[in-house]
Amino acid sequence: MSTHKTYEESIRSVYKGLALLAVVTLFEVFLSLFGKGYMGVDVHEYTWVLAIIAIGLIVLSLYKAYFIIYEFMHMGYEVKGLAMSVLLPVLLLVWALIAFFQEGNSWKERREDVKMRQEAKPTGPAQQQGMLLPEDVYLLQLS
Amino acid sequence: MAGHDTTEMEHDVHTEQENAWDGGTQPFRISYGKLMMWYFLLSDAFTFAGFLIAYGTLRFSSATWPVPDFVFSTAPFGVEHRPLIFVTIMSFLLIISSVTMVRAVQEGHRENKRGVVFWMLLTVLGGAGFLGCQAWEWTNLIGNEHMTVTRNPFGTHVESGVYLGPDGKPSEETFNVGGSYLMHKAELNTSLSDEEVVAGFSGHDDEGHGGHAVNAYDKDYGFMYVDEEGFIHRKFVVEEGEKPGSVQMELFGPVAFGALFFFITGFHGFHVLSGVAFLLIILINSASGIYAERKNGYEMVEKIGLYWHFVDLVWVFVFLVFYLL
Repeated sequence: MSTHKTYEESIRSVYKGLALLAVVTLFEVFLSLFGKGYMGVDVHEYTWVLAIIAIGLIVLSLYKAYFIIYEFMHMGYEVKGLAMSVLLPVLLLVWALIAFFQEGNSWKERREDVKMRQEAKPTGPAQQQGMLLPEDVYLLQLS
Repeated sequence: MAGHDTTEMEHDVHTEQENAWDGGTQPFRISYGKLMMWYFLLSDAFTFAGFLIAYGTLRFSSATWPVPDFVFSTAPFGVEHRPLIFVTIMSFLLIISSVTMVRAVQEGHRENKRGVVFWMLLTVLGGAGFLGCQAWEWTNLIGNEHMTVTRNPFGTHVESGVYLGPDGKPSEETFNVGGSYLMHKAELNTSLSDEEVVAGFSGHDDEGHGGHAVNAYDKDYGFMYVDEEGFIHRKFVVEEGEKPGSVQMELFGPVAFGALFFFITGFHGFHVLSGVAFLLIILINSASGIYAERKNGYEMVEKIGLYWHFVDLVWVFVFLVFYLL
């Protein structure tokens, strides 16, 4: 409860919040379309510009999330222990992001390799090469 | 009481903050119901995060990915090629309904029944409007653009080249690396001759919107291939790419895009739908005066308010991941 604010003040802060979220959202859409070349400037060859736009979009979204949680959901006025018990577990996602995106990236890099291995046909019984292999083991001949 | 004196002494040396955890009080100064709503929302956040991280992983793993400003560029009343306009309107509906929800909670604190009912009614309207927009978006994607969970007709060029015209020769229509295309579905009309089919495709150099008829599926027309399901794979000559000069045809985009889009926006839409249902129940209860008798500042309105803001919060990230990036 926003006990430190009068009724009129809290109403005013709600509409200020609406204006803030609206402006941030419109700016996000503008940034996104700018990056895609809809604003008359073609930036798709400048990867650093695209990277800044992507980071900007993520930061603005995180700011919107912070504002919704702390003002609209009143987390800013709750006991600190409550806020920490809800917000700290979310940090687990940082590792999930790193691990899974790394996984996706290496998947892309190995797609061709995996496809080639799947299409490779066994060319005959394995020749004995230094190490003794059972007779039913076949070696894959690549390319 | 046995042991009374020792516990008494322990109490004396503790500060008031630590006493809060000895029982009998609410250490987080929040009711059980609201606390459990917070923890439910935390678990729900992990579910959505799992979905969105899966989207990111599959996007990173694909050589190409449909660009949102091409896929989401249609709006009702015949609006086309206006990227992101419609989803921006959807976002605003949710933001505004979040604000009206805050107003309902504020009126609840003042024990103002009429105010609570009025602002909750507006919130329900915002939620229902969002669902209506989403229904239109899905209908357009499934019905007109033929995207499903197992098929994605939105593709991306990985080389630059020039399309073949209906006469089988390279036309004026060129494309660059990274250019997007949507594969249209041809109608089946077995009474047409091959000449009539080709004539139907002449004089069109724009994207076209269906209406193209062919006399057989799974048939190669020279300048295009129509597959078993009727999708038109336009052919083109590669100018810059792996095999310059070769003739290739458009292929479907990554299947995962359709599956992820329908599962994630569907899961979010289901949250909105159940949110609207609970808002209505609590709206009716508020109007009936149940909460006024409890004299606890309309706490049920606060709880559904937390849930409703969470739905808006998730949309911030769905909007970011699907439409902005």
